Amino acid sequence: MTQPIFAYIAHKNGVADDSALELIVAAKKIDPSASVTAIVCGNGAELDSVCTAMAAVYPEVWKVSNPALAYPNAEVIRGVLVNLLPAGAVMLVPHDTFGMDLSPGLSIKLNAAFVSDVVGIEGVDGSALKAVRQEFGGQVSTHIHCDMASGVVLNIRSGAFLADDSKASGAVADKSGQAGDCKAKRRFIEVVAAEVGDVDITKSDVLVSVGRGIEEQDNIAIAQELADTIGAVVSCSRPIVDAKWLEKARQVGTSGKTVKPKVYIALGISGSFQHLGGLKGNPFIVAINKNPKAPIFQVADIGVVLDLLEFVPELTEKIKEMK
Amino acid sequence: MEILVCVKRVPDTAENEIVVNGKGTDIERGDLVYSVNEWDNYAVEEAIQIRDRVGGTVTVVTVGDGDSEEILRREMAMGADKGILLSDDAFNGSDGRGIAAILKSEIEKGKYDLILTGAQADDGAAQVGGMLAAMLDMPYASLVNKIETESGNTIKIGREIEGGNQEMSEIDLPCVLSIQTGINEPRYVGIRGIRKVASVEIPVHGAGDLGIAAGSVGAAGAKVKRVDYFIPPAGEGAEILEGSSDEIAEKLIELLKSKGGIK
Ligand SMILES: Cc1cc2nc3c(=O)[nH]c(=O)nc-3n(C[C@H](O)[C@H](O)[C@H](O)COP(=O)(O)OP(=O)(O)OC[C@H]3O[C@@H](n4cnc5c(N)ncnc54)[C@H](O)[C@@H]3O)c2cc1C
Repeated sequence: MTQPIFAYIAHKNGVADDSALELIVAAKKIDPSASVTAIVCGNGAELDSVCTAMAAVYPEVWKVSNPALAYPNAEVIRGVLVNLLPAGAVMLVPHDTFGMDLSPGLSIKLNAAFVSDVVGIEGVDGSALKAVRQEFGGQVSTHIHCDMASGVVLNIRSGAFLADDSKASGAVADKSGQAGDCKAKRRFIEVVAAEVGDVDITKSDVLVSVGRGIEEQDNIAIAQELADTIGAVVSCSRPIVDAKWLEKARQVGTSGKTVKPKVYIALGISGSFQHLGGLKGNPFIVAINKNPKAPIFQVADIGVVLDLLEFVPELTEKIKEMK
Repeated sequence: MEILVCVKRVPDTAENEIVVNGKGTDIERGDLVYSVNEWDNYAVEEAIQIRDRVGGTVTVVTVGDGDSEEILRREMAMGADKGILLSDDAFNGSDGRGIAAILKSEIEKGKYDLILTGAQADDGAAQVGGMLAAMLDMPYASLVNKIETESGNTIKIGREIEGGNQEMSEIDLPCVLSIQTGINEPRYVGIRGIRKVASVEIPVHGAGDLGIAAGSVGAAGAKVKRVDYFIPPAGEGAEILEGSSDEIAEKLIELLKSKGGIK
């Protein structure tokens, strides 16, 4: 394959995101012999330290420095990338909230194809890139053929490609001069930190977590009672917070809290990647879900395929009797 | 404010078990319950609230077949003023770019200050809003969970980023925003509301009406094609506890005890 491959490096406080090590692995699935170029946009000393770190992983690093890049504004960075990228480039971007903001529009401006939330890459056939995605909340997978003759932007799911020990002694090329005017019709003001709740779910070893399968607000009492009986704390998936049944601070997931319990009991949670993204430290996972095909069963240690509204009260009673 | 909201009819995954058909060409659609994409309801609710605050109209639009009319009516029952159905055999098999191109042609026939989409739909691609904005040369923000309308040509918005933190920005109008769940509490739509809009006429625009060249959208124009659906071979997977619910509970209690799950 002759198309050059690039990786967008997300970073914060002078440290590259974990995705930086995963994108190069994904790139090698497209072309094992590719020389992949890392693009790092930012400003000041923090940018320099990220570039240095990336030069130990990527054979080439393009550094773009500008005060307007101090905070990653997708519109500004889109302009930079459109200026920098050669025709037919393959651009890899992490599928996080920044990548979701950047990549669809970038693909249009580059007249390139776009494949979102890629979980697998099965190689290249002529000008067709073969990728794997998931649909319907991870319930089914699909093979995608993508015409990358005029380039492609790929958003790569976090954790889908495991970091290897890629090492390089790359050169850092300063491309700041080609960044363009860095002006945007959307201007960053500030980041407002997520609200702090009454309970800190990150401190609990055992979590009883409720999802949409709990069906009604009143049924949360069922989970609370189990939690009280076994000495656990109640956490939840996003739809429970959206419905305002529990406070945001109890949400597990990429847009909620990252938790590292020893035991995680998921009640009526399907197991979306955004939810599982907040579950770290390899806990013992028990999933209770009436759909035997729910993706949560692929990551759980123990599964119970039953209606939680009937089973959980029964379980709680039994534990009480034993005590 | 003239607001357009792009919506999609999707299988309701909370209600349905999704099964791949025998040949892997599609999912079994026969028994599926369809509804409006979860994210879109939040977008329509937000549009209605903005209109009620500052005046204007809310139009809902979808690219789909005849069945998609029902979701336009549902959103009109919520309070949207108008619905438009973009439908043509030539649209079948469009990729995200194709859908965005169809929407763009409709948008250019009108004059909108604010265009909203859901943050993502059933395919989880989260792409149409961003593509549409780039095609229209309008600014864009994804995962918006707050909109403050101010006077003048800018609005203040919040985007939900990692950890539930909120990134506040100012954005020029007209713009495209993709809406994240939780931004509001979408109102309930009853049978009576649906009945009230049952006979409202919904215009249908095809490729000809929109001036879309054959082959530029649909399967022919798609750079990205879905080859098949499949269920990945189960890896390790969970050990599924079998037996009566009584037996399952007992086994589970033993396991939880051994893992320190019962204090
Ligand atoms: C940018 C972004 C960020 C996100 N961040 C997060 C996040 O941080 N955390 C998060 O959780 N989600 C997040 N989401 C949402 C995520 O994509 C899913 O929509 C969500 O996780 C689904 O929650 P759920 O599993 O509770 O609901 P569903 O997917 O609807 O699953 C409900 C499950 O309950 C089962 N069920 C139903 N009734 C019963 C019953 N009676 N007994 C037993 N089982 C039953 C069903 O079989 C189903 O599997 C995010 C989405 C986006 C786009």
